Amino acid sequence: MGELLGSLIRGLGIGGVYAMLGVSFVIIYRATGVVNFATPALMILGAFFTGYFGVSIGLPFVVAVILAMIVLAAIGMLSERVALRPMVGRPAFSAATVTVGLFIVLLILAGRLLGSELLTVNDPFGLNTLEFLGARVFTVDIARLIVGLVAIGLVGLFLTRSRTGLAMRATAFDQETSLAQGINVGRMFGLSWGISGAMAALAGAMLVAGTSGVETTFALVALKALPVIILGGLDSIKGSVVAGLIIGIAESLTRTYQPLYAPWLGANFDVIVPYIIMILVLMIRPYGLYGTKEVVRV
Amino acid sequence: MSSAASKSRNTTRGRPRLYTNYRSEMAIFNTGAKRLWIVIGFVALVVLPFFLARDLVALGATVFIFSIGGIGLNLLTGYAGQVSLAQAFFLGVGAYTAAVLGGESRGDVIGLGWDMAIWLPLAGLVPAIVAAIIAPLAARVRGLYLAILTLGLVFIGEHIFKELKPITGGAGVGRAPAEPVLFGFNLFENRDVGGIEIDRFTMLYFTCLVIFVVMALLARNFTRSRFGRSFAAVRDRDIAAEVMGVSLLRTKTLAFAISAFYAGIAGALLSIIIGRISPETWNFFLSIDFLAVIFIGGLATITGSIMGAVFVVLLPKLVNSLTGFLPIDPGVGQGGLLNVFELQTIIFGVLIIVFLILEPRGLYGLWLRVRNYFKAWPFSY
Repeated sequence: MGELLGSLIRGLGIGGVYAMLGVSFVIIYRATGVVNFATPALMILGAFFTGYFGVSIGLPFVVAVILAMIVLAAIGMLSERVALRPMVGRPAFSAATVTVGLFIVLLILAGRLLGSELLTVNDPFGLNTLEFLGARVFTVDIARLIVGLVAIGLVGLFLTRSRTGLAMRATAFDQETSLAQGINVGRMFGLSWGISGAMAALAGAMLVAGTSGVETTFALVALKALPVIILGGLDSIKGSVVAGLIIGIAESLTRTYQPLYAPWLGANFDVIVPYIIMILVLMIRPYGLYGTKEVVRV
Repeated sequence: MSSAASKSRNTTRGRPRLYTNYRSEMAIFNTGAKRLWIVIGFVALVVLPFFLARDLVALGATVFIFSIGGIGLNLLTGYAGQVSLAQAFFLGVGAYTAAVLGGESRGDVIGLGWDMAIWLPLAGLVPAIVAAIIAPLAARVRGLYLAILTLGLVFIGEHIFKELKPITGGAGVGRAPAEPVLFGFNLFENRDVGGIEIDRFTMLYFTCLVIFVVMALLARNFTRSRFGRSFAAVRDRDIAAEVMGVSLLRTKTLAFAISAFYAGIAGALLSIIIGRISPETWNFFLSIDFLAVIFIGGLATITGSIMGAVFVVLLPKLVNSLTGFLPIDPGVGQGGLLNVFELQTIIFGVLIIVFLILEPRGLYGLWLRVRNYFKAWPFSY
């Protein structure tokens, strides 16, 4: 029982991070129709800057995370302006391929900044555990879940309640009409990338928190957010929260029980569970759980 | 006969674009200049390895292999419009098919030791069959959903490769590739042909050259066929294509299968060049390399895929030779501004972005601009 509960909490924790990464993808997809393959690099850069402000400069963790989010928002907006804005009106896949190029460039940049050291963020959680309904759970997992839900909630509030959020939703709905209504569509694109970058930075910081240090290739973990957004639907924030938690739990349960009950599936099978779930879902619902079905006019 | 005669007369009169019959107009090499340059290029490719250092010869063979894989991906992504990040997976399937059929048994690793005449075609067919099985699923989803689906395939494939130890040798260990023995004739033995010594790299270079030429011509012809046109129809507007009687499922399955066939052959040959293959070889970044080949080279052109392959394979070599002039570390360390590997990768990323923004038709598009400029020269149009 304790094992199951511990595994579930771990899954919810990692699921919270996946949900943040998923939202980071979804925000950009809704605004510009592009899947941003550079998100993993943004995430690892976010974790790097958290480490930089937290370890090298010695600021408190919370301040370091916020500063890293601001830096990454700036990097996101800059990338959009330089690499993505010229692609407006071109096929979605060409734009997505530009983000693959961006991914390569930013990943090398992150690797260079990090050097040969392991990345740590000097978080207050460490390997602390606490007792919860008879199970030992890591504090960091609870923190990940709470931070994830709060951050996504704030983004949701911003989108539904604020004037700018309304403008962003209008842009996502119909770019030309919003332009005609006096919305600065280009600025909305930039803003989406900014929010997305900040979200990725937060996810990166929370993902590296509670570990004893990671390398740059750890960035590929963020690609697991792709199954999340496919499962939830490319354009649904609610979808990425639900799917993030589902994928997180599925992965965690697999890690706990698969070596016991199905060792023939091989070591580290949990790493590919998200992709298998994604493929199964695509077979039944090609637009995910909450995604809008694409209506094509002939 | 008569077409050839009329053709040459036209050319001599300086009217290369005047065709007096359909056949000569539809020929692949439909102008005198094209025929001339193809012959010159081919002769150059045949003579080249005798003047190059060994590592450059091996690099030349790699160019042919990347061209084959790139052409395969271009048929799928450029012509049929189905974005795939799974090319590395199919390269892997081809390489392991070849290794099992043509390799040696050693320890726990299976190897049947068959002839190259058997394993090479099968190294293409097995991935094609795998692709045909997966394709109906892939045909259900479109655009970016497909890209992500195929990305998942790369990760699942890498896991399977790591776990199938009798076939792949397992993670971090790897296995020896297939033996290049064609009709009992070992391509890896040094030979003396009429006083010229031909080493194993040169032999491999020629093998790859022949396979590449055959497969490139096949692909070029395929795109001009009924199926090639149905690919383009599906790419441009799939619903319209379906209304006109092009079966989407059949066309997409065919595109995936052919692309995987090319990838499989490329994978089998690449494994011989690498020498020892581990499951980590066939990862996400190899798929990006092939995407770079077709995006830098030019979508939906065979010539472009070849240009892209030349570029992508030779770029690292070029960057290496520039290290003396730039503030970069020639090793893999942390000195200088960037090390060689980082510089290569970053140039790669930047070029993908620059080409997509400035010249979506890629290197082939640049060539078209140059050609059209000189066609009208000295007038601007």
